[in-house]
Amino acid sequence: MIELRNAVKIFEKGTAIEHTALNRLSLHVDSGEFVTILGSNGAGKSTLFNAICGTFLLDSGRVFLDGMDITYMPEHKRSAMIGRVFQDPMKGTAPHMTIEENLSLAYSRRNAKPLSFAPSRRQTALFRERLAEFGMGLEDRMKTKVGLLSGGQRQAVTLLMCTIVPPKLLLLDEHTAALDPATADKVMAITRKAVADDHLTTLMITHNMASALSTGTRTIMMDEGSILLDLSGEEREHTSVDDLLKLYAGSKHRAFDNDRMMLQ
Amino acid sequence: MKLFIGSLQLGLLYGILALGIYISFRILSIPDLTTEGSFAFGLSVSAAVTASGHPLLALPASLLAGACAGACTGILQTRYRIHPILSGIITTSGLYSINLMVLGGAPNLSLVRAATIFKIVPFLSKNDAMTVLPIFFAVLCTVLIILFYHTHLGMCIRAVGDNEEMVRASSINVDACKVLAFSISNALIALSGAVIAQYQGYADISSSTGILVVGLASVIIGEAVFGKRGITLGFISAIVGSLIYRYIIALATRYSPLDAYMLKLVSAVIVGITLAMPAVKSNFAAARQKRGGAQDD
Repeated sequence: MIELRNAVKIFEKGTAIEHTALNRLSLHVDSGEFVTILGSNGAGKSTLFNAICGTFLLDSGRVFLDGMDITYMPEHKRSAMIGRVFQDPMKGTAPHMTIEENLSLAYSRRNAKPLSFAPSRRQTALFRERLAEFGMGLEDRMKTKVGLLSGGQRQAVTLLMCTIVPPKLLLLDEHTAALDPATADKVMAITRKAVADDHLTTLMITHNMASALSTGTRTIMMDEGSILLDLSGEEREHTSVDDLLKLYAGSKHRAFDNDRMMLQ
Repeated sequence: MKLFIGSLQLGLLYGILALGIYISFRILSIPDLTTEGSFAFGLSVSAAVTASGHPLLALPASLLAGACAGACTGILQTRYRIHPILSGIITTSGLYSINLMVLGGAPNLSLVRAATIFKIVPFLSKNDAMTVLPIFFAVLCTVLIILFYHTHLGMCIRAVGDNEEMVRASSINVDACKVLAFSISNALIALSGAVIAQYQGYADISSSTGILVVGLASVIIGEAVFGKRGITLGFISAIVGSLIYRYIIALATRYSPLDAYMLKLVSAVIVGITLAMPAVKSNFAAARQKRGGAQDD
């Protein structure tokens, strides 16, 4: 479904602060897989997402989505196929537009007639139904400006914007990290349901090792721009957080700062 | 009475300019300095086409001219990543020569003998037409632009101004949206200039100096009256703001010792003070908090 072959990205090339963010990284994710991604700060997790989304072009290597070579496809064309939720709840929505306008923007993105009035009555009914599933009371606040919502509510709206037309790939970039624990659980529950309902191929970055192992079908750990560990199936089921830490420390051959890695 | 009617007519015609400014200043949140150039461009094109005997054709011609000017600024900003203010300045300086060329090498052109749209309206005298046509154009432009911003495409443009990063992450072409928005904005500004040229019966290239501040003042006065609410009210408030601005100016010149040439200074001061208000308010609140805190101890 999504595949990267020998992806290389070097920032500030040729300067003193040259930094290899992706180091010949190869990853193949099958359709319907839900991959959780771990790694310390600067491991290249967000760079991996940016490479998939086309925020920048790779220095070398190729990206395939659904069998199509998208290495040089412009960002806005890729994003018709990719849904992405950021850590910052402010990033995914337009604050001065209403909930229904935000959703309509996302809903119409693939098959919009540019000069049709939006949101249409049919769309509004659909949005109301989908928002009601969250149990946050958002369905009665469709004409509220998104800027007035709480962080959790905004993330829920963003998630719906990304999945209301099922994308070929869903990217979640620590999307619950800025929320309080109760809200984070709620948004994770909504995420699991959305992914399960449409069998979405999903990549999720997280700093929470327990949640990385309990969510999804496969876990990878990144370090210095490449993949250190790739766990799935039975091997993953029998892995605990402690095992992960040991594996990480073992393959790095160095003392490992538990606290800094965990960040929880 | 004459003062009242005259200000109404001018207020509505400059209201079309305010609609254009509202698009760049409030919807895109990018101050667009192309305004001065595109207003004069509309003025010149309209005058030249009218002088050659086609007053009606002058309007679509000016719309197109303004749209081209806007697209030019938009492309400089997006595709070539030139600073927004600088792109506007570049387009405007270039247009200065073009406008002189359009006017046949002279800085002004009289339309006294030419047939203008105000003289050819059936069933209406020229005097009546000078009231009816501004109402017609202002209402038509406002309605069309409000309708446009409720379509999917219009909503994309609003989203670009509201959260560009989000729009980049969705499948909308941000750059195309910006170029389109600048085209529409400057087409309206040029149309305003085009009708004003025929209304006044002459085109003078210097009449566009300071026109951006006039438009900004209208938008800001409108917001002071209506508040910053939805987009529909935003466009209406721009027109109303333009009317209020014209009455303020009319009263100021009639009943105050100020000479007419002081108008731009008055507008600049109004705009400056209004834009400074949020900062002044927060400084004031901070100062009060400090004093209050001292008293509590």
